[in-house]
Amino acid sequence: MNVLVYLVPIALALGLFGLAAFLWALKSGQFDDLDGAGWRAISDDDLPEDKRE
Amino acid sequence: MTESQDLSHFVRHPADGVAAMDLVVNGVYCGACIVAIEKGLGKEAGVRGARVNLANKRVTVEWDDGALEAPVILERLEALGYPAFPFTAEAADSVEAQEEKRLLRCLGVAAFGAMNVMLLSVSLWAGAENDPNAATRDLFHWLSALVALPCAAYAGMPFFESAARSIRAGALNMDVPISLGVILALALSVLQTVTHQHGSYYEGAVMLLMFLLAGRLLDQRMRRRTRDYAINLSAMRADRAVKLTDDGEARETPIAAVRPGDLVLARPGERIAVDGTVEDGRSEVDQSLVTGETAPAPVSPGAPVYAGTLNLTGALRIRVQNAGTGTFLDEVNGLLVNAVEQRSSYVRLADRAARLYVPVVHVTALLTFFAWLALGAGWQPALTIAITVLIITCPCALGLAVPAVQVVAAGALFRRGLILHSGEALERLADSDSVVFDKTGTLTLPRPVLANVADVAPADLALAGRLALASRHPLAKAIVEAAGAQSPLTAEEFPGEGVSGEFKGSPVRLGSVAWVAAEREAAPVAERWPDASLIALALPGRAVVFAIRQALRADAAAVVAELARERQVEILSGDREPAVALAARELGVTRYAAGLKPADKIARLKALKEAGRRPLMIGDGLNDAPALAAAYVSISPISAAHVAQAQADALFLGDCLAPVADAMRISTKARRLMVQNLWISAIYNAIAVPLAVLGFVTPLIAALAMSGSSVVVTLNALRARDPNRPRA
Repeated sequence: MNVLVYLVPIALALGLFGLAAFLWALKSGQFDDLDGAGWRAISDDDLPEDKRE
Repeated sequence: MTESQDLSHFVRHPADGVAAMDLVVNGVYCGACIVAIEKGLGKEAGVRGARVNLANKRVTVEWDDGALEAPVILERLEALGYPAFPFTAEAADSVEAQEEKRLLRCLGVAAFGAMNVMLLSVSLWAGAENDPNAATRDLFHWLSALVALPCAAYAGMPFFESAARSIRAGALNMDVPISLGVILALALSVLQTVTHQHGSYYEGAVMLLMFLLAGRLLDQRMRRRTRDYAINLSAMRADRAVKLTDDGEARETPIAAVRPGDLVLARPGERIAVDGTVEDGRSEVDQSLVTGETAPAPVSPGAPVYAGTLNLTGALRIRVQNAGTGTFLDEVNGLLVNAVEQRSSYVRLADRAARLYVPVVHVTALLTFFAWLALGAGWQPALTIAITVLIITCPCALGLAVPAVQVVAAGALFRRGLILHSGEALERLADSDSVVFDKTGTLTLPRPVLANVADVAPADLALAGRLALASRHPLAKAIVEAAGAQSPLTAEEFPGEGVSGEFKGSPVRLGSVAWVAAEREAAPVAERWPDASLIALALPGRAVVFAIRQALRADAAAVVAELARERQVEILSGDREPAVALAARELGVTRYAAGLKPADKIARLKALKEAGRRPLMIGDGLNDAPALAAAYVSISPISAAHVAQAQADALFLGDCLAPVADAMRISTKARRLMVQNLWISAIYNAIAVPLAVLGFVTPLIAALAMSGSSVVVTLNALRARDPNRPRA
């Protein structure tokens, strides 16, 4: 059972990391406009003019 | 006289040297719109940035203070093809948004807790629980406690706070047993852990919070969405007044920035935006939105005018007054205060269930404790079993039973053009057993239309339409619409009388019957359409009379017939007897009353209530507002006066009355599903409680039973979606 000594902390740390990421996303307003986010992802604005389709 | 727009009321200053404005934008549907607006505004010199929110159809624009004027932004958006309307976000709005974020944060924490505690619990259930070497089990219990306690303390706050509030108020709500269940489950688990016992309820407690938070978040989001939508609609109605400044300048000003004592200009054909007295000018005013009376009333200096009335013939200068100083407003406000005070305190289904449920559960748990004690089980096992009873009865399914149905049904109604102000309105709609309609603006369309199209020669109508284009009079608009006229004749408008022009070399006139001397032709038309306003077209040697009236909504008869199948339908109108009688005849309604004052409407509703009925009131006018408040439940069209909208439990959109029938159908179904859900919870308890009382419940069974019942209740709630509607 010695494996628990590092597996349990790793599991908890990963979970906490996920929670922190979620809280950060919430705080930075990523859940304010759930409809718009999908469209922004496929917009080509970040590419230079000649690379756009 | 110059005219400009004053938008300073809407401009915020989030930082030094930065100005910002929030706008509601029409017609944003996809990514292309986002790009068009954000790029298009970004090109404007001085604009720091624009951000579109597609979910609630709003744009926030920021610019360097002083670099440009706010109206420029509106013009720019208009040029891009997106008409925009400024609005000020209310304080209550941001509180709601904060609350939603908080629930989402709590849900995230609870989900993290549930996942990790479950990870530990599943390994315990898989065998470590009964391991003769208790060290591993104890370690896992301590780890679970380490995760579950802080998570539950944080994620449970919304419930704990609400429970504390309800205990202070002396009325127990569902959050009391929820909080008690969660706290006791955790306390018992800690006790088990400390005393090296097996069996803990950490995972059950955190999972319960997660389920309940999900339900509560959906509820909150639905409410905020309908609220956002209502705010957008009122922004698009763009209530502005033309304010006259001391130096004679006319500035279009948002209504919120107009103060009592200001002087406001109302041009013919416009809605009057304020309550006040006429300072200067003569006109006729259509007060149908205020009193229900469709015949125009003459006004002269000194006469009171009310917001929402339509100025017909002449320009008026109006001195703005505080609400409540006019005689009619006084009367309405007085009645309104009374009606709101007497509003029957409806007890929500969920609260009624809670009142029944809480004492029963707590007494059962207490009896269990004493029974086991009497049987000689010792106080610790007896307490453990008693707490297990409380945990297993923790009303997870009961907490979801009603809100889940409300969210689904409110969403279904929203898609059909009905906005609910509160979830409990759904229950009251389903309970109502008689329907009381106002006529003007509710059964009829809020704007007048040409009634005798069939009796008029198309050529005459076309000519009248071309003449009518020269006038701003609302009745003229009805003729233009009916004729589909596009090319105006050169004509001169005589305010209050009509327009005069020339057609093929001979003079033609369109205007009031008296002005064109067409009394003889008008008599039969007036008899046929007693509620219509008449306009005559004078041609060389003859005259054509047009009857213009507020026609019934296209589907009014069908909707009234559908409602009348199960409920008693009645019309209470402030309009004249012949007009109301005609509408009632067309709709096949036998119970109606005409010429009613606001107090008469309330008296009638009271009589209905005293006869044991639960009336649904549907009305739009300022005169209906007290009646809307006094009724058991009420609905207003979106075109209604502000006061009426504020009193109504729901608003419907568009020119059709169908949302009202949909509301009755869906709410009846929703009510049935709510009761079903409560029964499902009751049956679940009927099975689970005896097991718990006898001491057979293990943590695994508790976790399965609690989540199982929640899922069943939620799935049942989805049936409120009502995918098949009977009409197209």
